[in-house]
Amino acid sequence: MEPFEPAIIAFVCNWCTYTAADLAGTSRLAYPKNIRLIRVMCTGMVDPQYVIKAFLEGADGVLISGCHPGDCHYINGNYKARRRVKLLKEILPRFGIDDRRLRLTWIGASDGIEFSHIMGELVEQTRELGPMLPDLKMVI
Amino acid sequence: MTQAVSIPIQDHDLLTGMRSFLTAIMEKSGIDAILVPARLSVKNRIMPMLISDPACLTEADPLSPAFPVNAAQQLTRLTRQPAGGRLAAVLRPCEVRAFNELVKLNQGRREDVLIISLDCPGALSNSDFRTFADGYDSLDAASRAFAATAFSSAPAGDLPEVTSACRACDHPVCDGGDIGIERFGDDQATDPVARAHTESGQAALTGLDFPPPQAPAEGRKAAIQSILAVRRRYRDGMFAEVAEATNTIPALSTYLADCVNCYNCRGACPVCYCTTCVFSTDTFRHEPFQYVQWARRKGEIKMPTDTLFFHLTRMAHMSCACVGCGQCTNACPNDIPLSDLFTYVARHTQGAFDYRAGLDINARPPMNGFEEEEYPEIVGL
Repeated sequence: MEPFEPAIIAFVCNWCTYTAADLAGTSRLAYPKNIRLIRVMCTGMVDPQYVIKAFLEGADGVLISGCHPGDCHYINGNYKARRRVKLLKEILPRFGIDDRRLRLTWIGASDGIEFSHIMGELVEQTRELGPMLPDLKMVI
Repeated sequence: MTQAVSIPIQDHDLLTGMRSFLTAIMEKSGIDAILVPARLSVKNRIMPMLISDPACLTEADPLSPAFPVNAAQQLTRLTRQPAGGRLAAVLRPCEVRAFNELVKLNQGRREDVLIISLDCPGALSNSDFRTFADGYDSLDAASRAFAATAFSSAPAGDLPEVTSACRACDHPVCDGGDIGIERFGDDQATDPVARAHTESGQAALTGLDFPPPQAPAEGRKAAIQSILAVRRRYRDGMFAEVAEATNTIPALSTYLADCVNCYNCRGACPVCYCTTCVFSTDTFRHEPFQYVQWARRKGEIKMPTDTLFFHLTRMAHMSCACVGCGQCTNACPNDIPLSDLFTYVARHTQGAFDYRAGLDINARPPMNGFEEEEYPEIVGL
């Protein structure tokens, strides 16, 4: 049987994690194709509904990744993201969405190597969790 | 400054006593208009009414078990800008809590309004209230019948049961407003006490010619403790049932299966305050090919779509402010027990941030701030 290939939606901020992904690319570092990057200007603009939508549309994992504390281009967007992730981690697991499917990380613009490493690890962990809604036909 | 007065009651007629109290407040404390549940002139129904003529207070009915809307929403309409006069409002404790949340979200102001709150025995759903009220000759008779036993420890007889949200409410006490009218422990031998909880409440009571409270109500504390114990037991059982019934996404879909996306729950929710909800915008008027693509991918999709998405998003957006008033259930045309679900989620989201919606006007809403160093467990793989 083919190994399960999870689909992971990653909301990455323009200034840090997206730049790190860019750096990983220009440095010819590989990372799994399971990650679908969505570039946002700041993790502070990731409304909880983006995450909910991703899961209901069948994402097996969602990553939000932005600047390290103190580095936010908009001063404090990443702190707001942290509260929203905390909120979602309180809501989603009650309805069977495993807490480990939603992740928040800080990856700075110069962390190209770390970016590719974290993406690899994230895919492995999500693969172990299995598909999110294997036989959900009707939804959303 | 007067801390508390007693409201004289003649012949056990609490309703008339309450009306005289409100009339005195209006006439002697410089209130230009009062928002109070009152009888509609056209039909035996109760709605929040904005009364500026004290003579109309004969229709006021703060004791009725009717709870057609959460009046906090209406009060924001009156207080979001100065109204050009001093206002008062008679609110249930959950309405005070909802108003406090709205004030924190800059939707209204507490400064311009004197809030009078009553200990709350719970309310009926709209449909139960209609049946109940129609069984009496007048609304006054219905309210008196309800008020007579609402706080007594005797069995309620043939009175209908209050809503699930009310049975699970653990803050029915009138301490959130400027003036609280105490009824827990009501033995009908002593007159009810109106107690000031803020300076403006004290100022309002000072102008009245009401006698000081009689003997301190001894039974009050015990009565509150015992009703809270009953309610917490009900609530814990209810939460356990909801948790069991919604523990997977398919189970949650089943719980919400009767939803027709009318969004009445959102409209009735006092703390869902956005003037335009994203679910009513063109964002959710998907392209036709999108629907077809979903149907192809899943074999079939329910129309209207986005039901689960709507409810989960609403939980994320407002559960930290949910005061558990139960109006979402009341507004649902298809009898989905929404408030059971939303109070269950709210309990946990508010708990995670050590927040209780509406209780402390100075506590900052969780999604309205942050600390530089907090929740390290959230970050990282």
